[in-house]
Amino acid sequence: MIEFRGVSKLYAGDVGLDQATFTVRRGEFVFLVGATGSGKSTLMRLLIKELEPTDGTIRVAGHDLQEITRRRVPYFRRNIGVVFQDFKLLPSRTVYDNVAYALQVTGGSRKEIRAKVPDILRLTGLSTKLHNLPHQLSGGEQQRVSIARAFVNHPPLLLADEPTGNLDPETSIDIMRLLYRINRTGTTVMVATHDQTMVDKMRRRVLELSRGRVVRDEAAGRYARDESTRDLARRLRAPSAPPPGVQ
Amino acid sequence: MKLGFFLREAVRAVRRSAAPSFAALATVLVTMLVLGVFIPIVQATDGAADTVRGRVEVDVYMQTSAGAADEVRVRRELLAVPHVHSVQFVSKQQAYAQQSKADPQAYELLGANPLPDTFHVIPDNPANVLAVRNALTPSGHTIDPAVQSVSDRRDDTRKILEVTNLVTITAAALTVLLTIASILLIANTIRLSLYSRRREVEVMKLVGASDWFIRWPFVIEGVVVGAAGALLAIAVLGVTKVALLDPLANNWTLIAAPRTIPFTALIVVLLVAGVAVSALGSGLSLRRFLRV
Repeated sequence: MIEFRGVSKLYAGDVGLDQATFTVRRGEFVFLVGATGSGKSTLMRLLIKELEPTDGTIRVAGHDLQEITRRRVPYFRRNIGVVFQDFKLLPSRTVYDNVAYALQVTGGSRKEIRAKVPDILRLTGLSTKLHNLPHQLSGGEQQRVSIARAFVNHPPLLLADEPTGNLDPETSIDIMRLLYRINRTGTTVMVATHDQTMVDKMRRRVLELSRGRVVRDEAAGRYARDESTRDLARRLRAPSAPPPGVQ
Repeated sequence: MKLGFFLREAVRAVRRSAAPSFAALATVLVTMLVLGVFIPIVQATDGAADTVRGRVEVDVYMQTSAGAADEVRVRRELLAVPHVHSVQFVSKQQAYAQQSKADPQAYELLGANPLPDTFHVIPDNPANVLAVRNALTPSGHTIDPAVQSVSDRRDDTRKILEVTNLVTITAAALTVLLTIASILLIANTIRLSLYSRRREVEVMKLVGASDWFIRWPFVIEGVVVGAAGALLAIAVLGVTKVALLDPLANNWTLIAAPRTIPFTALIVVLLVAGVAVSALGSGLSLRRFLRV
């Protein structure tokens, strides 16, 4: 699904990413951790081709990003859902309209919108908030709307940049559970986060960046694959995580 | 569906940034008014110049004191000039009758007849007007003491052309300035709109809206503002025409100017100009401020 080979990104005199090499397979759930400025955001922005790498090749969903022309970038981005810490919702539109907007601007038909939007809002648990404006929602609910918007097209890849950065622990667990539910539909999910305890408890693959280098890649095999979302939530709420490898 | 979406977004934007939209609209309105007033005026003056130019003849005006003997003598002298095809005599009385019929009010005011006896001298070939005129005024004098002046309409034409040029240049300069102002104000409106909708633009880019899908609402917003300005200008011109110009034109032939643009054509010209100006303004801002 994602392949980075010797990818570097230099900003004027600064290192964003330094010879990063890794692969993420279809359907994986990957955490991206590291201190501020370690290159997490750079990596995410490279993935949606908002930035161009200085060196190396990136492949996403079978496309070599270098070969995608500027005109094709929007169509490429429809394969990727993106979620941010600050939600990026449109304040003057209702929950329903915010989600529908993603379909409208990518040329979705009215029929498609009427079919897909209620569906995704049910999946994200927002069915009762359709006509609320974003400022009438809690932070967790707003993040759910933003996840719904990112996933309404059912992209094969979902990127989340600090999705729980502004949320309390209990709400964070709900969001992680939702992301895991999406992951279980077959979508590859990549989550950049600072939340070390959450990462430890989730026990998924972890890529750690430091000063633009991949310094740790605890790959697959460390977690139970077919855990239900309810089990996951129960485990996340448990006072402390069981040691790695023990189920 | 798509067009509906674009239009809704554009109207939403116009309503949100009412003040700059209004400023842009007002400028387009003034520009189109100036254009709508000056196009017919320039055409009318041009037309007047053309009709005068089209009459290729030399007019010989007699002294007011000239009598019948003078008339006979001058006629013989005129016919002797080379290239003269024919000579037509119009007496003061005939001239007065003609002119006072065309404009009775003016001639009633005058009372006495100010018009002289006149010979219309037609050359054998329009190209020879100048030769005939020169022959009639050798070395600056007229050929006969009874002749007061000779005119080949060239002088009238020149005067009218001078006026026409002045009007055209003024109109052109004014139109250019106002057009620039319109474009800049539309560009400013769109720039503000881009700023107030940067979140929408960001989200659209994020979810993979194509470049033109992002641009269209802004282009349409500009065009809506421009077209509204043009339509208002057309309405003002239409009301002015029906309420003021048409009744005047019925009474005074002078105002029913020859060969001006028909009103429907003028409407089309103004609409197209308004839309073009606003599309240009929108494009300007999009190029500079929207990196898609």
